Amino acid sequence: MTTTVDTVPNRTEDNRASRERIASALQSYGAAIVLGLLVIVGSIAFPTFASAGNFANIATQSSFLLIVAAGMTFVILTGGIDLSVGSVFALGGVLAAYGSTFGLAGALLLPLAVCGAIGALQGFLIAYGKMAPFIVTLAGLLGVRGLVLATTSGGSTTPLVTDEGVIALGQDSMFGIHWPVVIAVAIIVVGTLLLARTSGGLSILAVGGSESAATLMGLPVARVKFGVYVISGLCAGLAGALNAAYSSSGVPTVGVGLELNAISAVVIGGTLLVGGRGNLIGTVAGVLLLSVIQNLINQVGSLSSSVQAVVSGGFLAVVVIIQTVLSRTQRL
Amino acid sequence: MEPIPQTGVPVLEARGVTKRFAGVTALDAVDFSVRPGESIALMGENGAGKSTLIKVLTGVYQPDEGELLLAGETTSFARPLDAQKSGVSTIYQEVNLVPLMSVAQNIYLGREPKNAVGLIDFRRMYADARALLTEYGIQVDVRRPLRSLALGVQQMVALARAVSINASVVIMDEPTSSLEAREVETLFRVIDLLRGRGIAIIYVSHRMDEIYRVCDRVTVLRDGKVVHVGDLDALPRLELVSLMLGKSVEKVDRGGLTAFRAANSSDAPPVLVAENLSRKHQIDGIGFSIRPGEVVGLGGLLGSGRSETLKALSGVMQLDSGSVTIGGKTVRSGSVPAAIRAGIVMLPEDRKSEGIVPNLSVRDNIVLAALPKLSSAGFTSKRKQDAVVDVFIKRLHIKVSSPDQIVSELSGGNQQKVMIARWLAMTPKVLLLDEPTRGIDVGAKAEVQALIDELAHEGLAIVLVSSEVEEVVEGSARVVVLRDGSIATELIGDGVNENALLAALAGEKDDDVAPANEELTKVTK
Amino acid sequence: MTQPTVSARIPSRATALGILQRYGVYIAIVLLLVYNLFFTPNFFAIDNFRTQFVQVVPVLIVALGMALVIGTEGIDLSVGAVMALAASTIPLYIGYGVVPAVLIAIFVGAVIGAFNGIMIALIGVQPIVATLAVMVAGRGLALLIANEQLKSVTDPGVLALGRDAVLGVPFSVIIAVVLVAGVALLVNKTTFGKQLIAVGGSRRASELAGLPVKRILLLVYVLAAGLAAVAGVIGTARLGASVPSTIGNLIELSAITAVVVGGTPLTGGQVKVLGTVAGALLLQFISATLIKHNVPDAYSQIAQAVIILVAVYIQRGKVSVR
Repeated sequence: MTTTVDTVPNRTEDNRASRERIASALQSYGAAIVLGLLVIVGSIAFPTFASAGNFANIATQSSFLLIVAAGMTFVILTGGIDLSVGSVFALGGVLAAYGSTFGLAGALLLPLAVCGAIGALQGFLIAYGKMAPFIVTLAGLLGVRGLVLATTSGGSTTPLVTDEGVIALGQDSMFGIHWPVVIAVAIIVVGTLLLARTSGGLSILAVGGSESAATLMGLPVARVKFGVYVISGLCAGLAGALNAAYSSSGVPTVGVGLELNAISAVVIGGTLLVGGRGNLIGTVAGVLLLSVIQNLINQVGSLSSSVQAVVSGGFLAVVVIIQTVLSRTQRL
Repeated sequence: MEPIPQTGVPVLEARGVTKRFAGVTALDAVDFSVRPGESIALMGENGAGKSTLIKVLTGVYQPDEGELLLAGETTSFARPLDAQKSGVSTIYQEVNLVPLMSVAQNIYLGREPKNAVGLIDFRRMYADARALLTEYGIQVDVRRPLRSLALGVQQMVALARAVSINASVVIMDEPTSSLEAREVETLFRVIDLLRGRGIAIIYVSHRMDEIYRVCDRVTVLRDGKVVHVGDLDALPRLELVSLMLGKSVEKVDRGGLTAFRAANSSDAPPVLVAENLSRKHQIDGIGFSIRPGEVVGLGGLLGSGRSETLKALSGVMQLDSGSVTIGGKTVRSGSVPAAIRAGIVMLPEDRKSEGIVPNLSVRDNIVLAALPKLSSAGFTSKRKQDAVVDVFIKRLHIKVSSPDQIVSELSGGNQQKVMIARWLAMTPKVLLLDEPTRGIDVGAKAEVQALIDELAHEGLAIVLVSSEVEEVVEGSARVVVLRDGSIATELIGDGVNENALLAALAGEKDDDVAPANEELTKVTK
Repeated sequence: MTQPTVSARIPSRATALGILQRYGVYIAIVLLLVYNLFFTPNFFAIDNFRTQFVQVVPVLIVALGMALVIGTEGIDLSVGAVMALAASTIPLYIGYGVVPAVLIAIFVGAVIGAFNGIMIALIGVQPIVATLAVMVAGRGLALLIANEQLKSVTDPGVLALGRDAVLGVPFSVIIAVVLVAGVALLVNKTTFGKQLIAVGGSRRASELAGLPVKRILLLVYVLAAGLAAVAGVIGTARLGASVPSTIGNLIELSAITAVVVGGTPLTGGQVKVLGTVAGALLLQFISATLIKHNVPDAYSQIAQAVIILVAVYIQRGKVSVR
């Protein structure tokens, strides 16, 4: 005596289900589709755009933001936010430069340790202290930037990267692909596996989808929330270190506004700001989209950075509006 | 099902459990036990201590005095996870699962089957989930997101998860409040299955019919103490109610189960006429009229379109076609302000999230809708506000320390009165009530019912939606019964009684329900 | 069992906690002033206080608007960009006179606010992303209008706005005081203000109670941007130059900090105007104290961060068990 429930009693289900599926697909893959269109149009319009050198350039430029945005994706998936990544990025760079006196190990371990610890501190306040992520990471943004300034004599000194190995990490390439790009891709691959195929990953999505349900289901909610901020801190620190390697110096004033770029990329990529749905591939599309737009504007040549800003802002607005309208058709 | 012969040690027991909160004793030396395969009803009015006891049993709270025993051994649960791991599972009134995740993921969240490398084995997870649900007689695509399924199926998934965590006790807290009749049947069938496996069930519900159907024994709480433990067979319904209320049996029998007096009927011309209200997939061709002073009940099962009808009348839901007229003038559809201007106001079903503004004062909540009227030139007038607020606090007997008390501190009943005051301040013509006494303890319930009665006698037209049959029957002069979004039938005058309503609700439904209905009417004396 | 049966408040463990929650900002200011009285030379001088008050004006005015937005459970990251837009508009229209130029600048701000409001209230975009987009585009627009240049402003009327005083009180401070009074009046004594609070407290309940929620939200963002434009005008007047590239940079962070430290919850439903003033003053005094003790800028930022955390941590205890 089985009850077959595929045909759900509610009349509206069938129509709504297919509409939902279309809207959902658009949300997840919209960024990639637009990216593809832009690349095609750009290649036709600007011959200089469609060169291997230019694409490699775009990839390298994007890799740093991508690593940061990957960490941000984890945080946003739990329904949180991390405003401190820009400052942590700068700190990572400065520490990498100082640490490079101890070779490659020093240049990587020092930023990772410190930035991871900062992420842990923020994660602790948010997950166990139950404070709002916006506020805690806002304090992080200010405090860490202060730390950066403090370690560079108020921002006036720029520590240089001295170790050859570190510089090689930032500037050499393997088969034409720069190491930072390789690292970024590796992080994306590992991260995607983590999110989709491990218990921890599903827990992250559950916490973002419904924190109360996750608690009642016995998931270690606090630990999950703590963990994503550590991940974000590590990613921001790593990106900053790689950036320092790339530019041979740890400039203390970098990263201002980086958090907003990262958030934009994540949102454009289809991850919901309230959490519970999204993936790293979307973030990749978001980051690339922002970079390609930047690059295309540069191709035109005569446009100033202000025009870039207007176009980026306008683009973000349009994307977000479309996403909002799409997600409304999915809500009951 | 036949009660399982009871021998041996209770699987879960509370002995002498006392729990206090800031001066209030929520549980007073409570003894409670349930044996394997047994199904016990836990009953009591709101405030009796049911939810506190459940929270102690599931590790949300720790007892101040007394102890918990699991299969005869003293134990303690520091947090919900501990109780779960010990085999005490709970399913709640709201489906506490993750809506965006798939059925299978929800069932196995936190303990997914893994492959050799430590990654989740999705194929096995889907297969296991499918098998599990088939055991309960449910066939569904386990890869679908949970929220795309009907509530009843979601509840089944919650149950499947609860049991699959090797539960020895399953606590069900108002599990059927969002289910349709067919889904309720499925739930009961699964309960029988679980009992056959020796799993104990603690069933918490206000619904007498279900309790008598699905449980063997009952524990009744009142004011934090146990007032009765025994077999349900030996306890007539009236006696059960009187135990819960603390009132004598005769009083309950005489007064009916609610505080509604004889329904009012008036001869004045209708104040509101609804014609052919239709909205795709929600309601179809709903039409009725209502006179001043009349109480019209809207009956129907979940999903029949009662709330949607109220939403259409009050402007919350846009209409595709049809019209609502007040005193001859058409009211613009889909606009709450337009409806309010015309004199139609609604008390929403979910008081906490759609009714009160929790952090504001009682005063601010009462004047919320009337603010423009109680101001001059855009500035609020405390004098005008005070006049209104004081009048209503007195008239509705709202228990507050002062009008500036934060409304979230009030009891459910008083909050509901604040909501009613808010609307009365707009001098409405038609009052739509969606489950007005839900979640309110019995004393306040009677007060609210009496108030509704009084308002009707004063000339307000009222449309009443309630899932409590007694309320609909005793409160309404007429009952319009909905089914699948349209009007099935109308009960008038003497035709407004419990049997007629239940029959109308069952109507010409498929055979599945008919036998259930028979049993229901049997138990209904 | 749908309603929790026990409604117990966690008693303010010490009334100390309760007092801290309600008056913490003010206590902090007093403590800071006492410290400065003893340990900071030249702090308790009329000149210094005048400087402090003048310096706090732009952040304070922006924070007023931010408080209103936060009261509806929203956020506005575009205020700095609006300041820049206002600054870039002044030189364009100063030819028509001070008053018209200022009015046009404020109007431009209001239009930007309307953009925000339309996206957030009418379309339903989340405030953080909507205002982020406007922030990026807005700053770029401001620079375009100004042709990427800074322009000095020589109109005596504008300069007077920035530098003159009445009875020893600088114009800009008077304007700030008037605006504080205006916003306080708005929040506490007007229909709009009460409705704003209700929308922040429970948007759904407000909708069902017939409140014009969309209109209210739209207006809130227009107000916030309008106030930011005023701050931009004052900033330009004080500098004697329109510098759209740097004016208002990161001011949204300072404004949010001032609002939060002042006790207005990010979750909406409450707006503490005086608290916002106190929050802005506290941050200003801290920064000034650190400067006067030659503490590097870095530590001032770290101090700000700690203060935010402490302030929010104290506010947390207001939860009641339901």
